[in-house]
Amino acid sequence: MLSPGLEPYDPKLRNDYGYGKYENVVTSMDYERLLCATGPYQGEILRATDKKHPHKVAWIQCVGSRQVNPALGGNSYCSGVCCTYAQKQVILTKEHDAEAECTIFHNDIRSYNKDFERFYQRTENLPGVRFIRSYVSIGREIPESKNVTIRYTTPEGVKEEEFDMVVLSVGLNPPKEYEKLAGQFGIELNPYGFSKISPGNPMESTRPGVFVSGAFRGPTDIPESVFSASGAGSQIGELLDHRRGKLTKDRIYPPEKDVAQEEPRIGVFVCHCGANIGRVVDIPSTVEYALSLPNVVYAQEQLFSCASNSANEITEMTKEKGLNRVVVAACSPRTLEPLFRDTLREAGINQYFLEMANIREHNSWVHTKEKEESTKKAKDLIRMSVARARYLEPLQEYDLPVNKTALVVGGGLAGMTTALSIANQGHEVYLLEKEKDLGGMARRIGHTLEGLDVQEYLRDLIRKVYRHPSVHVYTDAIITETGGYVGNFLTKVRYDRRDIEIKHGVTVLATGADLYRPAEYLYGEDERVMTHLELDERIAHKDETLLNSESLVMIQCVGCRNEDRNYCSRVCCSESIKNALSLKELNPGMDIYILFRDIRTYGYYENYYREAAGKEVRFIRYEPEDKPHVEAVEEDGRKVLRVTVTDPVLGKKLEIDADHLALAAAVIPSADNDQVIQQFKVNANPDGFFKEAHVKLKPVDFVADGVYLCGMAHYPKFISETVSQAYGAAGRALTLLSHDTVVASGSVCVVNERKCMGCGACISSCTYGALDFVDTRQGKKAGVNPVLCKGCGLCNSKCPTGAISLKHYTDEEIISQIDAAMEF
Amino acid sequence: MIRVMCSGRVDLSFVLRAFANGMDGVFIGGCNLGECNYDTHGNYHALNMVLLAKKIMNHIGLNPDRLRVEYMSSGDGILFAEVMTDFTKKVKALGPLGKGEGLDEQELKSRLAAVSNLVPYIKIAKKEKLATPLKHKSKAEYEALFTSEEIDELLGKPVSYYIDPSKCQACMICARRCPEEAIISVKNQIHVIEQDKCIKCGTCFDVCPSRFGAVTKISGEPVPPPLPEEERTIKRTN
Repeated sequence: MLSPGLEPYDPKLRNDYGYGKYENVVTSMDYERLLCATGPYQGEILRATDKKHPHKVAWIQCVGSRQVNPALGGNSYCSGVCCTYAQKQVILTKEHDAEAECTIFHNDIRSYNKDFERFYQRTENLPGVRFIRSYVSIGREIPESKNVTIRYTTPEGVKEEEFDMVVLSVGLNPPKEYEKLAGQFGIELNPYGFSKISPGNPMESTRPGVFVSGAFRGPTDIPESVFSASGAGSQIGELLDHRRGKLTKDRIYPPEKDVAQEEPRIGVFVCHCGANIGRVVDIPSTVEYALSLPNVVYAQEQLFSCASNSANEITEMTKEKGLNRVVVAACSPRTLEPLFRDTLREAGINQYFLEMANIREHNSWVHTKEKEESTKKAKDLIRMSVARARYLEPLQEYDLPVNKTALVVGGGLAGMTTALSIANQGHEVYLLEKEKDLGGMARRIGHTLEGLDVQEYLRDLIRKVYRHPSVHVYTDAIITETGGYVGNFLTKVRYDRRDIEIKHGVTVLATGADLYRPAEYLYGEDERVMTHLELDERIAHKDETLLNSESLVMIQCVGCRNEDRNYCSRVCCSESIKNALSLKELNPGMDIYILFRDIRTYGYYENYYREAAGKEVRFIRYEPEDKPHVEAVEEDGRKVLRVTVTDPVLGKKLEIDADHLALAAAVIPSADNDQVIQQFKVNANPDGFFKEAHVKLKPVDFVADGVYLCGMAHYPKFISETVSQAYGAAGRALTLLSHDTVVASGSVCVVNERKCMGCGACISSCTYGALDFVDTRQGKKAGVNPVLCKGCGLCNSKCPTGAISLKHYTDEEIISQIDAAMEF
Repeated sequence: MIRVMCSGRVDLSFVLRAFANGMDGVFIGGCNLGECNYDTHGNYHALNMVLLAKKIMNHIGLNPDRLRVEYMSSGDGILFAEVMTDFTKKVKALGPLGKGEGLDEQELKSRLAAVSNLVPYIKIAKKEKLATPLKHKSKAEYEALFTSEEIDELLGKPVSYYIDPSKCQACMICARRCPEEAIISVKNQIHVIEQDKCIKCGTCFDVCPSRFGAVTKISGEPVPPPLPEEERTIKRTN
């Protein structure tokens, strides 16, 4: 598995940005360091020349990327990540200094990824932020101020403007010594120095058994990097499954000390989270405050509590100071609670003696401007946590068996790829498809830009799925009911007039997406108007009338990047360019126009954009408030579609008479997504696509344990990306399926029989059947089956006498927090 | 900010405790109704508790707008910020707890203490309603779940239980079954319910052997004082 990453482009290679010559020209990587708490000025953005805050900052996009003549240095491809990281830097700069003036000089804003469009709008709507579309050059350094000027074009002509600091948004290069690496492992590289990958399996190098993940496959953003890593892992699992677990060793923890009889000795660790908390909250004063609280015997600050040295420090201090309760004041327990619990186990005390105070998401991130108040709030939260910590009890966890079968919902490219990869690692897989045939949206695509014959690929995949003894396919299937929990799900399916029950340990949702049916530009009224997918199909069928067109117009962004669908469909720019190139090959004389808002051919797709422009495909930009207009007219006996659009270069209306019109219709969430979301109790983002557990770091997991996602139901994506994510979902599913048990929380209910009056209020409130009456000498009382208890605590709040209580969230623990909230 | 694993874990007594401590507003956040990830739909339980709590607040003269429950998904960050800002604004407009309602601090405290003591009794009396999810119901139907009259009746005339000294045979059954250990029971001594410990669950009433029928339910009248200790010995006639 090769994951050597990438190298940022070095702007010294092309000596035209003054980098290394003018001190206030920095790269985006340098700027990232400036923003960082561990950076040169502890998170203050200062100029090296005078240690002052820069007030006017400019970002220059595409430095080293999208170069027309790469022979002069730089790369022809688009690096794909710089538009959004520059926006992030603008937002952070504005958080440091609300008065800062930020300018981004760009060629197109490529917000093609999930939630990026909203992020772009958020940046653009900040006061004092300008996005300027222009090529630029660095002018000069002003000797007195060390400011730097930038020359750029405006409708009124070339302008020169002075900035305190210039940030070069540098692109992504292959890792250092890529040639050596390729030689060592016997793999081939592409012309840019990244690993050559198979278009149908973007984790596969040219040498069988050598896999690549992350940015060594080409410029890649974090989520794609993460799921390609899981995906490559899954493919390696297919080869090495027979060796799984052979080299693992059980982790040995020190024996657990019984501290139940001891007075609480609480240690408090307050995290700066770099600058995330430390920039807003006065951490030293919270440490001092913590030490003044009853039972707190130790307190300290940490730069990053989650860093391994800090985690070790928690373990060591727990041992050294004889702590028996630990409060970590840091971030949300959702991500790091398991890590901090582990530090307690390492120190030989029960992991449930940990309590976290969330002073980041609940505090510093939302009160960035109110430093004093948020310091006070941090103290309140710490005091409440300390109060609760006094009452914490040691708890034991349970092992639950894992059903080794997987359920995959959706028989498109994504679902089939996931199903096969899981089955190839020795698990039974049930694959459900609502249509009568497998294949999904891919059935409509002829070939990809990279030249993959999609139909042949699909036929091969379907054959493998049907021939695999462990993949059980149900087409025309309807899910009637589903329930259960991680490791033990039960789904009922209506198939061929029968009801089938499937028991499974994991679920993968790969339910795909639909295509928007345009209501604009005469679609559905005039047969010469089609969607880009219909165009793709007609090209594949060598449709004569289409191929004999004199002129064809494509309109981009139909049905998205608008109020109804505030996102970019990601694939349409490249899809239209692919169609344009195919048409140019079949009929070089055809006039092709692409009317666009931004061309978002990220990564290597940029090369096809350039190729299309070279073949005289005409690209005309339009503004959303001045959309093209289409009417059917007859001129000199020729029936045409007259497309009127404003040419931004000439500044006047153009009329194009086209024989055919193709609309880049949006990719939209599948019509039955809502039902899937309800049945499987997962979430959708505001656009109706699946909401993953973490947009960057957990791109194939749902928040609900044991449920994974992949494919277009997550967000529009290319076939290669879908395959990559599908393998990623398989890889994640295997992390569960390869275990015999899952650990269930120790936070379950317990009944104090003496206090139970046998009213049954708890029993009727429990959905899991974890509670039932038991006969005792004192009559009927409630009894708990802790394995079935999920720890919701409904029973606890229904109980009149306090006889039943949810461990770790007892009345005592919660009331201690309520009371502590009001002490000062 | 207090974390619970489900909004349904928020107990009526927590809400009253927060107000008794002087909090000016209490907010409960839950998942969207009907979208429970864990099948429990505990957010409906939270809703019912809040509807009840609001009527109780009304009954004791507190403005029910100081308590709010809202439902949203983890993707609704912006909505959450809007809701919190709005709630803060509204609570600020209501003024400090009690003052805004024109209640004297001591009076407010004693009313909250009294009603807090009745929480077990309220939970028992309203057990069915609290447990019935109001799925797909209108706002008006929510409002109608608990009526002001019903709460006035419940809290205005709470029941009490009393052991009739002339009937008690000192069998100790009631004392053994009392969940609160609120019954003073000594062998051969007439049992006495400690009224300040009693949660009015009625267990003693239910378990007292019918041939004795010593436990009586009193409503709207004061409970007779307990027999002096020296007079509690049972005089058996055999």
